[in-house]
Amino acid sequence: MQTSITRLALAAVLAVALAGLAEAAPRKKAPERGYFDVSRMAPLTDQKGDPANGRKVAATKGLCVSCHVMPIPEQPDHGDVGPDLAGVGSRMQPPELRMRIVDPKVLYADTIMPSFYKSDLNRVKKGLEGKPFLTAQEVEDVVAYLATLK
Amino acid sequence: MRKTILAAVIAAVAGGAAVPVLADPPFDAKDPKYAPYIAGEKRSGYTFAEPETRAMQDDDFSNPGFLWVEEGKKMWSKVDGKAGKACKDCHGDAEKSMKGVGTVYPRFDPHANALLTLEQKINQCRTERMEAQPLKFDSKPYNAIATFVKHQSFGMPFAVQTDGPVAPYFDMGRRLYYERRGMSDVACKHCHEDYWGMHMRTELLSQGMPNGFPQYRLKWQTLGTAQKRIRGCFEEVRAEPYPVDSLENTVLELYATWRANGLRVESPAVRK
Ligand code: HEC
Ligand code: HEC
Ligand code: HEC
Repeated sequence: MQTSITRLALAAVLAVALAGLAEAAPRKKAPERGYFDVSRMAPLTDQKGDPANGRKVAATKGLCVSCHVMPIPEQPDHGDVGPDLAGVGSRMQPPELRMRIVDPKVLYADTIMPSFYKSDLNRVKKGLEGKPFLTAQEVEDVVAYLATLK
Repeated sequence: MRKTILAAVIAAVAGGAAVPVLADPPFDAKDPKYAPYIAGEKRSGYTFAEPETRAMQDDDFSNPGFLWVEEGKKMWSKVDGKAGKACKDCHGDAEKSMKGVGTVYPRFDPHANALLTLEQKINQCRTERMEAQPLKFDSKPYNAIATFVKHQSFGMPFAVQTDGPVAPYFDMGRRLYYERRGMSDVACKHCHEDYWGMHMRTELLSQGMPNGFPQYRLKWQTLGTAQKRIRGCFEEVRAEPYPVDSLENTVLELYATWRANGLRVESPAVRK
């Protein structure tokens, strides 16, 4: 009971946060029922994720390699704050990967991992306020890339 | 949680990860040569530094921070301001009068009725007792006199107070230390409590102990104060830093320094 209330509250917060995002990429309008159930989180855009671009985003703008060892050997200096992501595509399904990237605090409140698709962050540097870390399409691209890591 | 993650990482490394993991600088808590840099579980940033950086700090001639100590020493006996006084006229021999002073700042100051950093206290003496201009943050003389005064406590353990009039500042400092901020949406504690010893890109995360400030940073190519470093950690997570000497930045310095209580003053330390 307690947890379902927390979930609902989180869902409400997230829904507001996501609704506030102005996006260039096309997005589905009303989230369907169960949208915030980790195992059923629907894609953020209608356009299918591009794994090649997702790999690029993971190595650069997304800063994933600063915390994760990833099979991206041309990029030096992978960090080890998070687990190795090799094989993550067989451990997790796309909806769960998506939730992980959009807002991992839903899964683990005290995580160090950034929420990559949240726009109501605290005290963001001037000029970056109100913007999510990644665009909706970039999130989808990264999800598509991670899904190939089997 | 952290243990599980560590175990996972170790397993991944043992299993032959595709990317080589960097070799960390040597450290052994039982080796007596590290005793001056640890206090219980607390570890100075020195123990996370590369051997070359440590060697630079250890030798007064190669440690660039001593240029500031020397400059500060000259300032100590130089008259400045309308009152026609030098620090020395009131405080005498710095080796005696300033010994230990650096271990208790940031401190509640009854005259100012506020929490002051050591640098602010020095500026207070300049404006109120010497009738001189306050030194400008991060200027050469500002850093020099602070480094000279702090160095008089070299090797002494930190002992900042957190009770009495300091309590509300301390509580605020703790709150800010645990508050998520910036595009990366993380708090100080995530990097310096949960993941020290792990790597973020090329950075080996330390416990974030400010016991070496003012310190020479190779990245800055100059010496700077804890106030400057804390603002740097805001930039690190793409957060808007609080202004220098603001209440927020000062209580954060207090909280970070309290975490270092028991570790020894290393000023001027050398870091990457
Ligand atoms: C600041 C460090 C940090 C960054 C940056 C980061 N992560 Fe993570 N990530 C973690 C940590 C730590 C975990 C372990 C679980 C936890 O603590 O939340 C994790 C867990 C994960 C997991 C679950 C893996 C598993 O096997 O359980 C995935 C997937 C993941 N991250 C993907 C990403 C992607 C994709 C990016 C970049 C868009 C990214 N992470 C950026 C720290 C980070
Ligand atoms: C994203 C990770 C991260 C966060 C969050 C972070 N720091 Fe740091 N901090 C670093 C890195 C990297 C360094 C330089 C290497 C080291 O000493 O860990 C550093 C260094 C420091 C140092 C100097 C340590 C030394 O020995 O020279 C202090 C003090 C410090 N941080 C305080 C803070 C405070 C206070 C906060 C919160 C406002 C904070 N940090 C937030 C990454 C972080
Ligand atoms: C006219 C006399 C006078 C001069 C000149 C003077 N001070 Fe002071 N200073 C004092 C007195 C008196 C105190 C103790 C009362 C207080 O805390 O204000 C003090 C306190 C201090 C303290 C705090 C000591 C503690 O135990 O917390 C520091 C640090 C300090 N002075 C540094 C300096 C420096 C550096 C200079 C030169 C730039 C200087 N002072 C010049 C009179 C002076």
